[in-house]
Amino acid sequence: MTEVSLAGRPSRLPEPGPLPNRLQLTDDGQLRHMLTIEGLKRELLTEILDTAESFANMNEKAVKKVPLLRGKTIVNLFFEASTRTRTTFELAAKRLSADVLNINVDTSSAVKGESLLDTLRNLEAMNVDMFVVRHQESGAAHFIARHVAPGISVLNAGDGRHAHPTQALLDMFTIRRHKGDFTKLKVAIVGDILHSRVARSQIHALNILQTGEVRVVAPCSLLPADVDQLGVQVYDNLDEGLRDVDVIIMLRLQRERMEHAHLPSEHEFYRLFGLTSRRLQLAHPTCLVMHPGPANRGVEIESAVADGPHSVILEQVTYGISVRMAVMSMVMGVHQT
Amino acid sequence: MTPDVPTLLDDMAEQARHHLATRGIDNPIVVGIHSGGVWIAEHLRERLGVERPLGRLDISFYRDDFSRIGMHPQVRPSELPEDLDGEHVLLVDDVLFTGRTIRAALNELFDYGRPASVTLAVLVERDGRELPIAAAIVGAHMELGNTEQIKLRGPEPLRLERVAIEPAEDPDA
Repeated sequence: MTEVSLAGRPSRLPEPGPLPNRLQLTDDGQLRHMLTIEGLKRELLTEILDTAESFANMNEKAVKKVPLLRGKTIVNLFFEASTRTRTTFELAAKRLSADVLNINVDTSSAVKGESLLDTLRNLEAMNVDMFVVRHQESGAAHFIARHVAPGISVLNAGDGRHAHPTQALLDMFTIRRHKGDFTKLKVAIVGDILHSRVARSQIHALNILQTGEVRVVAPCSLLPADVDQLGVQVYDNLDEGLRDVDVIIMLRLQRERMEHAHLPSEHEFYRLFGLTSRRLQLAHPTCLVMHPGPANRGVEIESAVADGPHSVILEQVTYGISVRMAVMSMVMGVHQT
Repeated sequence: MTPDVPTLLDDMAEQARHHLATRGIDNPIVVGIHSGGVWIAEHLRERLGVERPLGRLDISFYRDDFSRIGMHPQVRPSELPEDLDGEHVLLVDDVLFTGRTIRAALNELFDYGRPASVTLAVLVERDGRELPIAAAIVGAHMELGNTEQIKLRGPEPLRLERVAIEPAEDPDA
């Protein structure tokens, strides 16, 4: 991983691997921070999904809130734009009765030259309990987790190309609700794997849950160099990659991360790797179509498919709230003395 | 010697019929608290001939000890079959001890609407109350002091078991 400067102060970021688990789990294996899916045990993922299940039927209640995190303060610390992720984290916190502070860093103190650690220390001095962090640099959430005061939890809401664990968890929740057992499933992840922190977290989660077959479908220029170590089948042809799959996860073409020319054109990408109604017929008849959003219609997915009967894209948004409630309540639970 | 659960259930059903009749309630919603309370509630509902589906509460999200012991590892969804506005609720648990579980259950119930009344029915009422909560329908009274607990084992067959309290154990039954 590279030497990066987080708003002024250069720091060595921790490598992904065994270290994050020493950081994100307590000595007895409970979740303390949520930084990455990699290395988590199947039992823990299942416990998160089961807890989320209890939050998922809250909509039947007249009062759509529980008092669990009453008196806690949760800070959404976003160094990168986001609508869906930030708002669902905010709603999750509010439905747990926590108080929420939204800080959009490129419009606040970062502009005035305050370092990340100064920002953290100031927020800690306001007695906050949790940081939900999104940052354009891989490893940023780990960096913050290493430096926060002991009683504070850190949730990674997306760091660079590295991880987006709660997105992967809500995807697993959506798949489990529709399909049940993962061991019999064929799942295809299609598109820009290289720049996608979502894909990385999904691949780890699917493998931990012992999914029958995990495929990635992408042009070679959009595959990471370590793809053969991820435990996936690689396809460079969409028609072949979609055959008989039970779940298709489309990824957003990350135009803002395309610093080099990885693709001839968006039109060419759609022709080769766009999910169309015709191609959907190659998959299993009850196949789910998923997308972490926001979808580029006509670039990676046809509008008729995104809005069609196989699509569970809006359910993913709904379940995102329950899954984030589950993670927030679990990490806050372990800090107590 | 611990009391026989089916005998206690027969007695509770008799008390419940009397309680409901004197108040003119003919169609209560029976709600059990996970997990022992749900087992008792199922049997009570059957004995009372209540046709409306059983409600189930998991009070994990309403406990007052979250800030001490964190999240309960096995949370199950609460299921209330209908809106509670204006309804008479028969709230059922296995053991009434400190009263904290019932306080949490009442808070959760009121997030589902404003019931006309809530009646508490418990299989065993023991000593050790820490809150002003009392049951109207009681299977058995027991004095256990601070060295013993009473646990309901089940679901088939249902039986009560006296166990010694371990020093580190959570006292909220």
